[in-house]
Amino acid sequence: MTWRRPRFGCLSVAMLLLAILILVAVIMLRPQPQPQSGRLPADDLRIENAQLRPVADFVAIADPSARSVALFQEAGRVIQHPRCLNCHPRTDRPTQTAAMRPHMPAVTRGPDGGGDPLLRCSTCHNDANFAASGVPGNPKWRLAPIEQAWQGRTLGEICRQLLDPARSHMDRPELLHHMAQDELVGWAWHPGADRTPAPGTQAAFGALIAAWLDTGARCPA
Amino acid sequence: MIYTLHVNGEWHRVDDDGQTPLLWVLRDALRLTGTKYGCGKAQCGACTVHLDGRPVRSCSVALADAAGAQIGTIEAVGGAEADAVTEAWVARGVPQCGFCQSGQVMSAVALLRSNPAPTDQDIDLAMSGNLCRCATYPRIRAGIHDAAAALGASRS
Repeated sequence: MTWRRPRFGCLSVAMLLLAILILVAVIMLRPQPQPQSGRLPADDLRIENAQLRPVADFVAIADPSARSVALFQEAGRVIQHPRCLNCHPRTDRPTQTAAMRPHMPAVTRGPDGGGDPLLRCSTCHNDANFAASGVPGNPKWRLAPIEQAWQGRTLGEICRQLLDPARSHMDRPELLHHMAQDELVGWAWHPGADRTPAPGTQAAFGALIAAWLDTGARCPA
Repeated sequence: MIYTLHVNGEWHRVDDDGQTPLLWVLRDALRLTGTKYGCGKAQCGACTVHLDGRPVRSCSVALADAAGAQIGTIEAVGGAEADAVTEAWVARGVPQCGFCQSGQVMSAVALLRSNPAPTDQDIDLAMSGNLCRCATYPRIRAGIHDAAAALGASRS
């Protein structure tokens, strides 16, 4: 008696593979729920709320000039944060979000920084953040003057700009007041919705600026 | 809490949360459904109304902040500018699907009240916050020019 090869052996294997392929296809192509209320990708660029180093951390730097520069560099983490830079554009158009994309809708600076007379900031922005729409707000909502443009500038350039009254429109006491107590600057730590606040607190930032001024207001290169 | 709203020349008492967007008060409580919900984020302009004469996005105005102000909606917008815009809109067949048009009209009327002879640039600036998914922008711009011309002719 001779051994006979089972008939249809290859066909069985082929049918099994085909069934597996169909099963995989059914699983892959099954109806999927649509994402609800998806956000624009740039909105997802969240940064963890960081703390500022306190002024006491810089006391160990013996050289006053080096300490002054170090203090300003720490304050620069706030100055160069998107919450601040978005309203210090180098064009007549603000930016928005952590990604600093062009403001939507396409608004312009206008004569007083509060928007063109035909489309004021107050068309959408009110005196406070509005949770229902997610639109941020503040009574002083406006752009910084073009002479105070910070976007695209190094921290050293911004530093020298701040110390130049012709461009900052502030003397040093006014500069300290602006940084430490101005309520629109303070919005950067209370931006509402899912916006990442500026590092630390306005008080900690103000203390760094005060210490920087006290140590000669030296600027990074 | 009860708020008193002055809408289209009439006083209304509304019992709602002060943080409710004005848009929903107009539509749901006062049944003024001409004002449309587009994005809910003040990004599209479909919900534009007039608050003390200036155009605002009603989705981003809290009921508490609107109380006591003069609120104007598309249902009652009037005056020479509104008439001119309406006539131009009809003559040009400006709307396509029409969903954004109440917001477009409210912004156009506000523009003509502040600038009776706007240039193309003025129109683009003033209307840039009002989106139209049918892309009727050329007809909107032409309609505003027509309305401005009609206003100019009626004044001369």
